[in-house]
Amino acid sequence: MKVCFFHLMPYRFLPDDFERKYRSVWVDVPHSLYDPEKTAGLYHEFLDELEFAETSGFDGLCVNEHHNNAYGLMPSPNLMAATLTRRTSRAAIVVLGNSLAAYNPPLRVAEEFAMLDLLSGGRLVAGFPVGTSMDMNFAYGVNPATLRERYYEAHDVVMQAWTRPEVTSFNGKYNQLRYINIWPQPLQKPHPPVWIPGGGSVETWEWTARLDYVYCYLSYFGYKRGKVTMDGFWEAIHRVGADDNPFRAGFLQLVCVADSDAEAERLYFPHVHYFYQKCLNVWEGFAEAPGYRTLKTMQVGARPQVGAQARKIRQELDWAKYVEQGYVIAGGPATVRQQLMECIKSLRVGHLMVLLQIGSMPKDLTFHNIELFTRDVLPHLRGAWPGYKDRWWPEAASQA
Amino acid sequence: MTVKVWAGAVELRVLAAGRGAPLVYLHAYHERGGWPACLDRLAERFTVYAPYHPGVQGSQGVESLDDVADLTLAYDELLGALGLASAHLVGHGFGGMMAAELAATVPLRARKVVLVSPLGLWRDDLAGEDILVLPEHELGAVLWKDPHSDAARRWATLPEADADNVAAQIESIQRRAAMAKFVWPIADKGLRKRLHRLTAPTLVLWGDADRANPPGYADEWKRRVPGARVKVMPGGHMLIHESPDATARAVREFLS
Repeated sequence: MKVCFFHLMPYRFLPDDFERKYRSVWVDVPHSLYDPEKTAGLYHEFLDELEFAETSGFDGLCVNEHHNNAYGLMPSPNLMAATLTRRTSRAAIVVLGNSLAAYNPPLRVAEEFAMLDLLSGGRLVAGFPVGTSMDMNFAYGVNPATLRERYYEAHDVVMQAWTRPEVTSFNGKYNQLRYINIWPQPLQKPHPPVWIPGGGSVETWEWTARLDYVYCYLSYFGYKRGKVTMDGFWEAIHRVGADDNPFRAGFLQLVCVADSDAEAERLYFPHVHYFYQKCLNVWEGFAEAPGYRTLKTMQVGARPQVGAQARKIRQELDWAKYVEQGYVIAGGPATVRQQLMECIKSLRVGHLMVLLQIGSMPKDLTFHNIELFTRDVLPHLRGAWPGYKDRWWPEAASQA
Repeated sequence: MTVKVWAGAVELRVLAAGRGAPLVYLHAYHERGGWPACLDRLAERFTVYAPYHPGVQGSQGVESLDDVADLTLAYDELLGALGLASAHLVGHGFGGMMAAELAATVPLRARKVVLVSPLGLWRDDLAGEDILVLPEHELGAVLWKDPHSDAARRWATLPEADADNVAAQIESIQRRAAMAKFVWPIADKGLRKRLHRLTAPTLVLWGDADRANPPGYADEWKRRVPGARVKVMPGGHMLIHESPDATARAVREFLS
């Protein structure tokens, strides 16, 4: 079992009335709410947390990419990963990831990931998300009708740049490259492990399964609601005839550990509530550009994580519901251990990612959460999948 | 009827009625039926053809068309396939933009051109509302001058039965997605460079309360299309639905 510490880097200082006064935390969140001095401090706070997560025993550190977003201050996860390569020495650096369709040419991703792999001594996991509609269609103006096609083509460009040693050409629909010949090449051969963060589109399951990559569901709604999506992935794995190695799958879960269940509510509720009420307050019009989901996915009925329906569900949440419905796994160590094991087993997940800095959670409390998690929970999860080999993990990354 | 173009890769559903000189009508984002009431009035004098854009309501093959240039040529082929050397071209919103593109790209296809609140130009100070993505409950007040009018209410009513309601929502997403492909994220794909080629007599109609595509653009069109006439009428972006008689009259007067 591999357990990774995931950071979103949320802006912690949104006003109390944010979700009533402003329609969206994403795309058109007003600049007037943003304080550069505070943000400069936040970056160092968040990097401290990531570095502390490594020394505390996590197997990997995850960063991701968002744009125009007050809960994800990482337009460039590669910059964060680059600083981590210098301040860490053991954990895998999991960039989840670079939204391929946003890079022109996508060779930029092949180059930067190669640099990160070299800087980290071969500890990089390369994540390739399609990207959310908010990021790709609205913030970056990518056409929803061709986003996926562009993504698949960009993936092919990156793989060609990484795996074909000679100078090659690529005559694509979106990329015409006469001389592909990136310097430098990645350290890991044939290339760093590839993880695909997805949001439940049918096409991504099948594509990921066919290419033998890891599928990661980055859900904010917990393992109970995540089951439908992960089951869909495992069915796709079954359809392509691949084995059921749990290391094919990753899942993100929010976790709060305290000395007791009651203490967990007292310590963490305001920050969890900040996350669900403010950070996920996305205007319905931005939740999904027309054409972002394919007809096939719409017919399966997969819903976006944000927007009107999601808002309605969110607004009715209190601590009891966050916990009962599995949005957050929270409580004393015994409670957290038992539920996380249930999460791991029911979703069949070999790569667990946990979000321990949640919403407005300050550094001292995040450190507390990391300490308790790595001391009282993580060691008990290690043996969850005996007998399976993780073929999607950088060899240079090692366990604490 | 259905008409195949683009070497068979695009199959357009075309509604047709009436008698007289040919008139091709191209629809906007938010027209579900494809045949607004004003077309009944126009069909008294003209043979009206109203295709659904590729990807909308059974018109197939949008994936074979990459951009506005492809779509324009597909419509050029449609006129050919319908046996129309030329026709009056009328369009609303996105359809207005496509009518202008066709008339500018293949001037011989256009007898006279009527553009109702056409998209295709952009000014930062006239951005308008983002009607491709506005949720249904916010859309009515933007599209209609009077969102409580009978026409607006009829338009806003979705089927109640679950399955039909879901189907209607999926239709709405697909319809907008099909047109969004050609205009995302801003409906300015260089038409201004081509407008000097729009030499057919042109009438531009606009609703004075158009919040989706502000009436200020009417001046841009007048400036860029040599000899264009502009008529601003009481109404919103859905002018032709709000005032079918008045708009049909204005169109007939101009075309005759």
